[in-house]
Amino acid sequence: MEPDLHDIEFSVNGTTYRRSVESRILLSDFLRHELRLAGTHVGCEHGVCGACTILLDDAPIRSCLMLAVQANGHDLSTVEGLAQGDQLHPVQQAMHDHHGLQCGYCTPGILMTMTAYLKENASPSEQEVREALSGSLCRCTGYQNIVDAMMAAAEAMRGSTP
Amino acid sequence: MKPAPFKYIAASSLDHALSLKAEYGEEARFLAGGQSLMPAMNFRLAQPSVLIDVNPLEECAGIVIADNGEIRVGALTRYRDLERHADFLQACPLFADALPHIAHPQIRNRGTIGGNLSHADPASELPALAVGMQARLRLKSASGEREVAASEFFLGLLTTDLQVDEMLVEIVFPSQKPGTGTCFMEIARRRGDFALAGVAVTVTLDDNLRCTEVRLALCGVGETPVDASEAASLLIGQACTGEAIDAVAAAVGETIEPSGNVHASPDYQRHIAFVLTQRALAMAHQRVGHGA
Repeated sequence: MEPDLHDIEFSVNGTTYRRSVESRILLSDFLRHELRLAGTHVGCEHGVCGACTILLDDAPIRSCLMLAVQANGHDLSTVEGLAQGDQLHPVQQAMHDHHGLQCGYCTPGILMTMTAYLKENASPSEQEVREALSGSLCRCTGYQNIVDAMMAAAEAMRGSTP
Repeated sequence: MKPAPFKYIAASSLDHALSLKAEYGEEARFLAGGQSLMPAMNFRLAQPSVLIDVNPLEECAGIVIADNGEIRVGALTRYRDLERHADFLQACPLFADALPHIAHPQIRNRGTIGGNLSHADPASELPALAVGMQARLRLKSASGEREVAASEFFLGLLTTDLQVDEMLVEIVFPSQKPGTGTCFMEIARRRGDFALAGVAVTVTLDDNLRCTEVRLALCGVGETPVDASEAASLLIGQACTGEAIDAVAAAVGETIEPSGNVHASPDYQRHIAFVLTQRALAMAHQRVGHGA
């Protein structure tokens, strides 16, 4: 069978790309192998673990449950777009400060999920943070440090953007 | 864990999508939110040779509350949009209870109501809601259109009345009668997991607080959503006392035949259904007249 190729145009972290992609390529694999944006991690490949979470038009989605060809015309954001040079995003800084990661495999998905969430809900309760984190599996931390980091990040973000 | 090769076609209109399905038949699948189909394709449990992407069809998404109170929901409406539509949640309060139980926010940002119902997973919440709420499903093909009651739509495990050339395009929910209270509850091992059992209840009371109508549907306890409204009809003509509710819960427990799974034995599922029926009926009764 001849590869089923499609020309697509989309942006990642503000940079526009034009590529020809085979229809069966998952968006997660496309980001990592074609665009060399390996910050997006691939865990379970069936939408359960949350490691591959990215933003599609500002909303968190599983990039392993979308085809690259479906990105045509959309704006994507990945973990590579969070820091400004050496300046970590407040959520990244808080994860660092609170030891919110150990092996770091789940971290990109959590960062993308929570940066989007904290934009929508600037003053979440701890329960709401736990709910927002429920779609990400972490086998190292037991979640407590991640929850602490998110409460601190929310506070830091409220301070910087009144 | 990669999909087998297929031909991808982004539909440019509903007519285009339907004519492609008529042309390719069984070989083709519609791709909506992809939150069930894509995992199946990654596992190669599904290997369609043609994938018709209906995501571009904005005409198939959206919520309209008609003058007669009917709620019409486009099949491509995502869970996220249902969750954030205050008028819809007020008109269909069972959805306000049920939507947070569907997987996780990242999944709800993509998954669609039409994709969910067409997939017909019996452990999923929405088929039970559709049956319990007496929804009507509008199915369309290149050659025609028909409407089918939700109670007739789910035929078996992952099997519906959809014919090979048809697509579910709209779901119509009747308006809720005055004096009605509703409640959906489920129990799952972890947040976002499929339910071991779930119960959707609608109770309508007259001015003397006697039950005039009761609808009760369950998810997770059979090969399709289970309509236990007949068992629940013991309540009709009665006040919703603890005793009456217990009798209904016992009748519901006897009606269902859960098969058990790795997380729960059939007896445990039956027990959960019994307890959830008690609690959901009590809560629905409490909500009558509170607009909740």
